[in-house]
Amino acid sequence: MDILAIFFLVTGLIFFTGGAIGIIRMPDFYSRLHPAGKLDTLGIFAMVLGLIFYSLHHFSMDTLISILKMLLIVFFVFLSSPTATHSIVDAGMRAGLRHWTKKKRR
Amino acid sequence: MTISKDNGPEGKKSLLSNFFKSCIPFSLTFILMFGLWIVLSGKFDPLLISLGLISSFLISFFFYDLLFPDFTFNYFAICIRFIQYIPWLLWEIIKANFHLLFIVFHPRLKDLIDPHIIVFKTNLKTDISITTMANSITLTPGTITVSANSDGIFRVHAIDKASAEALPGKMLDKVTKVFGEEK
Repeated sequence: MDILAIFFLVTGLIFFTGGAIGIIRMPDFYSRLHPAGKLDTLGIFAMVLGLIFYSLHHFSMDTLISILKMLLIVFFVFLSSPTATHSIVDAGMRAGLRHWTKKKRR
Repeated sequence: MTISKDNGPEGKKSLLSNFFKSCIPFSLTFILMFGLWIVLSGKFDPLLISLGLISSFLISFFFYDLLFPDFTFNYFAICIRFIQYIPWLLWEIIKANFHLLFIVFHPRLKDLIDPHIIVFKTNLKTDISITTMANSITLTPGTITVSANSDGIFRVHAIDKASAEALPGKMLDKVTKVFGEEK
């Protein structure tokens, strides 16, 4: 159980790190949103999975309820994160920002 | 006179059928709200349980038509098919996430990516299916929905060729099947 918990926590950490580095390395506004909006969702999913395995050490009613709460967090993040990303992209489009292409900067 | 006489029993009947029609969404909302109350409170005192009963009753009394507008029994079938759709979506998200992770850590990042916008038309009609499609596209890394309108036209920002080719394809088929709309 401990091994599973550590494994998932480290996986989530790698995804979060990748998201943070991706925001810095990507060339423009729109492509920066790709790692920002999406590596985080899988990162939070893996981390919550790790925490669930960690809290399964001694099973009781309290553990069950806290597990359900954690799953609710994942559910709402999966609902709200793409919507937020979409609205940010939409704002950029309305402001008239062109997206980065390969040919222009070569 | 005759009109009012005709209207009498019919009005009563529609009132009765309306009552039964709103009964199912009402009880579904009530169960959902009360389950959420129990999960979030986590205590089983009689006081807290009765408070939860009262508040979820009030909420489902006032807002039963908000969560399930024009309820039909089709909802259950859609629900079941949607649950079958989730594991596929999760697997797709994981696969595409590793792809994006590879891109992010690649030393020659700017040679690897090729951002462009693709436009495609779908035959999705209802709001909920368009929302699901747009959110599924955005959840799958490498693609972001820029805009989606009620005619089913999607504009998608894709970060490289590989993730652009995966669209409309299989995901559209799945979403169409989940909501039972003909192509």
